[in-house]
Amino acid sequence: MSNYILYGITLLLLILSYLKDKKKTKMSLKKAWKAFENILPEFLVVIMLVGVLLAVLNTEVISKIIGSDSGWIGVMLSAVVGAITLIPGFVAFPMASMLLQGGAGYMQIGAFVSTLMMVGVVTMPVEMKYFGKRLTILRNVIAFIFSFIVAYIIGLVVGGI
Amino acid sequence: MKVLLKRYRVLIITAVAIGILTIVNSQIGFKALSISAYSFKEMMLVIPPVFILLGLLDVWVPKETMIKYMGEGSGIKGVVLSILIGSAAAGPLYGAFPVAAVFMKKGVKFSNILIFIGAWSTTKIPMFLFEITSLGAKFAFTRLLVDIPGIIIIAYVLSKLISKEEIEKIYKQAENINK
Repeated sequence: MSNYILYGITLLLLILSYLKDKKKTKMSLKKAWKAFENILPEFLVVIMLVGVLLAVLNTEVISKIIGSDSGWIGVMLSAVVGAITLIPGFVAFPMASMLLQGGAGYMQIGAFVSTLMMVGVVTMPVEMKYFGKRLTILRNVIAFIFSFIVAYIIGLVVGGI
Repeated sequence: MKVLLKRYRVLIITAVAIGILTIVNSQIGFKALSISAYSFKEMMLVIPPVFILLGLLDVWVPKETMIKYMGEGSGIKGVVLSILIGSAAAGPLYGAFPVAAVFMKKGVKFSNILIFIGAWSTTKIPMFLFEITSLGAKFAFTRLLVDIPGIIIIAYVLSKLISKEEIEKIYKQAENINK
């Protein structure tokens, strides 16, 4: 759904741009291609690594690690799993919901969802290309720590610990 | 050719490694390949419009405009705009980095770029609606309410931890990346 909106807006702007200035439009498309081609090798590596990771870490393994009564160790483990995996949201949320029904705690799921979105270990090569090594590592470490705060508050508010 | 080979070196190594993995354990190998193919399809669906929009932004929006709204001295206006643009985005986090590079070229303030990255990673509106339906409104809203101040605080902490020279270096690198 959001994809259609994105394509619609892009097409509309592209047509507007073309009507206003053909040369500038051509230039912008050229820039778009260059920017894409520039990052393509890193993109492809990330996609392949994600494939391997998800092939090894299936739902069964994940639910075993962050099951109920896993406490702070479970929170830690689910944060790590979230940080290294790169699961698209429309897969991750139903999966998290299934894990909750399967007995996982809210705090663990909170940590998992938070690091899944904010921390990206496998995407670090791409991030470093734009932000450099130091900033990339710092951002991911701080986001990782922050996820524990998120997890704790979610556990407090939703899970009632 | 040589340059091309060097740029794709890591990719080739990864591909060979997966090939070996498939020979050793064909079940995991094929599963990995099919998941990769799926992610690739997903990427190809989201990425073209993002990059075309980037190209248009680069060509049509003058630097002065971007500086005025999101540059140094843009204040709260810049912070709010960064959160809104990041939240309206679609696609995985790695799609945000090329956008950040164009923002740097256009003179957007560093902390605003970090806020934008944070918003893209965690407060995306389409994902938020999806989160409500699968994990419940209480979960989704609690996370959102903790995340918004969190993103802003992380952005400021990061921009304090990084020296001016480093920021300049990152901006200069962005100049070269989208050429």
